[in-house]
Amino acid sequence: MKKIESVNDFVIKFANVNGSGSASANQMFAKGVFRSGIPVSPKNIFPSNIQGLPTWFEVRVNEKGYLGRREGIDISVAMNPQSYGEDIKELRSGGYLIYDSSWKRDFGREDINVLGIPLTELCVNEFSNPKQRLLFKNLGYVGVLASILEMDKDIYITLINEQFKGKEKLIEPNVKALEIGYSYAEENFKGLCDIKVNKSDKTEGLILTSGNDAAGLGCVYGGATFCAWYPITPSTSLAESYSNYSEKLRIEIGTDKNKFAFIQAEDELAAIGMTIGANWNGARGFTATSGPGISLMSEFIGLAYFAEVPSVIFDVQRGGPSTGMPTRTQQSDLLACAYASHGDTKHVLLIPSDPKECFDFSIEAFDLADRLQTPVMVLLDLDLGMNDWSTKEFDWDDSKEYDRGKVLSKEDLDGMEKFGRYLDVDGDGIPYRTYPGTHPDKGAYFTRGTSHDEYARYTEDGDKNAEVLSRLLKKYQTASELVPKPVFNQEESTSSIGIIYFGSTDCSMQETLDQLDEENLNVDAMRLRAFPFNLEVWEFIEDHDLLFIVEQNRDGQMRTLIMAEGGIIPDKLVSILCFDGQPITASYIKNKINAHLSGVPAKIA
Amino acid sequence: MTYITKPINHHPRLETNKLGLTRRDYEGAVSTLCAGCGHDSISAAIVEACFQLSIEAYRVAKLSGIGCSSKAPAYFLNQSHGFNSVHGRMPSIATGAAMANHELLYLGVSGDGDSASIGIGQFIHCARRQLNMTYFVENNGTYGLTKGQFSATNDLESKSKYGDENLFPAIDLPSMAIQLGASFVARSFSGDRDQLVPLIKAAMCHKGFSLLDIISPCVTFNNHNTSTKSYDYIREHNEALSKPDFVPLGKEITTSYEPGESSEVSLHDGSTLSLTKLALDYDPTDKIIAIKNIQESQRDGKVLTGLLYADPSAKDLKEILNITDQPLNTLTQEQLCPGKSALKDINDNLK
Repeated sequence: MKKIESVNDFVIKFANVNGSGSASANQMFAKGVFRSGIPVSPKNIFPSNIQGLPTWFEVRVNEKGYLGRREGIDISVAMNPQSYGEDIKELRSGGYLIYDSSWKRDFGREDINVLGIPLTELCVNEFSNPKQRLLFKNLGYVGVLASILEMDKDIYITLINEQFKGKEKLIEPNVKALEIGYSYAEENFKGLCDIKVNKSDKTEGLILTSGNDAAGLGCVYGGATFCAWYPITPSTSLAESYSNYSEKLRIEIGTDKNKFAFIQAEDELAAIGMTIGANWNGARGFTATSGPGISLMSEFIGLAYFAEVPSVIFDVQRGGPSTGMPTRTQQSDLLACAYASHGDTKHVLLIPSDPKECFDFSIEAFDLADRLQTPVMVLLDLDLGMNDWSTKEFDWDDSKEYDRGKVLSKEDLDGMEKFGRYLDVDGDGIPYRTYPGTHPDKGAYFTRGTSHDEYARYTEDGDKNAEVLSRLLKKYQTASELVPKPVFNQEESTSSIGIIYFGSTDCSMQETLDQLDEENLNVDAMRLRAFPFNLEVWEFIEDHDLLFIVEQNRDGQMRTLIMAEGGIIPDKLVSILCFDGQPITASYIKNKINAHLSGVPAKIA
Repeated sequence: MTYITKPINHHPRLETNKLGLTRRDYEGAVSTLCAGCGHDSISAAIVEACFQLSIEAYRVAKLSGIGCSSKAPAYFLNQSHGFNSVHGRMPSIATGAAMANHELLYLGVSGDGDSASIGIGQFIHCARRQLNMTYFVENNGTYGLTKGQFSATNDLESKSKYGDENLFPAIDLPSMAIQLGASFVARSFSGDRDQLVPLIKAAMCHKGFSLLDIISPCVTFNNHNTSTKSYDYIREHNEALSKPDFVPLGKEITTSYEPGESSEVSLHDGSTLSLTKLALDYDPTDKIIAIKNIQESQRDGKVLTGLLYADPSAKDLKEILNITDQPLNTLTQEQLCPGKSALKDINDNLK
């Protein structure tokens, strides 16, 4: 029998029934590998459902640190008879199938290694409570994995102790469940599996967390005191992260009162309205949503743009259009966000690529919104937002000061002859603002979405309105100088071929670039991190004859932005597009590039 | 331009209040609404109320949506910040603003289209959340800016200027607001300044969500003799619950009314609204009675005005959310940022 052999490099997929408590056991498995010193990228592939439908959890284990999804499964933990067929099909030849053999089954494949463990029987014998019998099957297979992968079992015992801290009663039965699987595998599966986890040191300086968790924490560090939101997958956990961290880090000593306001709004329109109201009044406020929410918020986003009120909006993108695939990933809101709202509008977008950058860009977003007095949108996607990533530790420099932008104090106003809310005093397109309640007789103005002059007075004078619109373009130019610059794979361009990519594609792209390097194909790569595009972006595009633009959407939305904003001729911009809702893989990108260069149509990976 | 003539504007010796300000100091830009518009009378009443209460205008935020009513904040309190937002969404702007700084006085000005149609969701949730603000509905039963379509507060079978009949029953915002938990609900008429000014003053002093539903006839599109929101109709059918007299904090309460004929509502700041009962044996702190009376007078074709309901002990949103007494918008980076030291634990927990 053929057996896949590998150390610290494999993909394992768990197939479960939604709502059966499997997610936390699967997370625990991933964390155990992470604690063994090997980077992991767990991905929850779940239905839009509370209970009953099939759900999967995929973990890539890779000592080199490749965190992108990889096709083909090496180990399948198939705990859901509903999805056996699909699960078996995905398993690579020589792979391992772990299943609940309380009900024996022939899987009809001779080229795989079947490891059957009667989990249900074992749990029924050991536990009397029906709920426990069901739940503990999950830890049972974690025990099996610890044994066959030759992992340190104590890591899982420690994890169980940590997870049930405060509920000590639960520790003993959980450990027992782990032991049941472990002992069974030690007795029955010895030498059957040639995939191993060996302790390593590749997770030093790394943490395991999600983009939503990181962004929520970033909002706390960035000084946000206000969050209004409406529940929507996959952004909900971002708002909840902010709330959870605030409850730990933002309680006023002595009074136990909250140094933050957290409001679940009645809909997305109210959520963005409240966010704009808070920012107008000088608090840093944000909202978190997904594509449908951006559609609903668009009218207000236009108001904030035109009336020049700062606001921070997180869009954790999911599969569109319409309700689309709420539990799958895409990068398909770029155009909807960049040009959100009617009339001439353009917005600042920040596009982080890993949780650490989500944390950093959250902080940056508040500074930019205040500096530019405009909405700033931070674009994550479901894969980045909801899945745990092995990412660099969060860091904060205590000497860093918030940039609250051009805000006039009472003293500033005392010394001023005349205040005009929309006067471009500094020539950068950014006017000065005042908070309500600052000065008894100076600095008051009327914020409005109607056409206005430099003094915020309503006007129907077309020239005046055109002046304001032109100044907003100047501000947009200023924004392009302030937003994060792109990241390049090499200091100087050395190839005539370039790759442009962004966001969560980064984890697969590192692997693609290494693969292309092995094939001696020299390419330059640029990771975009913001819109509007800065000078470095245009120089890179100028410097290359052929550019691949890798996106997780159907229409090549980033390509459209580049063409529209830079007047770039489309001929040299080649799209590589993935929009099946699964995170893009390295081999998919590589195959598409090779196919284009060789003139042979790409084999779908 | 205004129904209530702005008093003493040109008087050589202008009366001053405790702050040494005159009524003129509380005025706004010249109104661009139609001559005779009820909304201008309401603006004048707001000016009068703020003058009498010696409110510092710069500590007021004026917020509105879209429509004729929503233009009104430009016509009072020049020294206040204003925010003319999008149609029906003023409550959300007010919510965010009031959470950022609970120390300002929030005056929201809306209309029947803005609050009873496009913005009804935000109106409902704002009342339900007990946002500390005074919410004016300048209710004229019509869409003025778009030339006279029916609004959702127009009475069933009422006729438009063009003779069309309204096919749907009216939404009664005060009944809704009481049911939703608003803690101060009153109805008045733009033409009844004696009733309106004390009610505005009391609403502004009340902590929590105060609704003032003010019938404000539209002279251009809804003031004909088949309209139930016309000046004549309201004057004929107005049934005032009480004659209110507002006594601000610190002033000795004096009343000229006979005992048993007036009831007093003490507001959270110690001020008092004294109500001389005119029509009904009425306890404005009882929700059930309030709704019953509104419904009964509606059935009888009357427009009940005055203080309909008040719960001076209600908590407001800031208290419900347990927010610091120091306004959130004044918290410094030092008070907000947990700093590098706190990150160590957070990072360790994620390993």
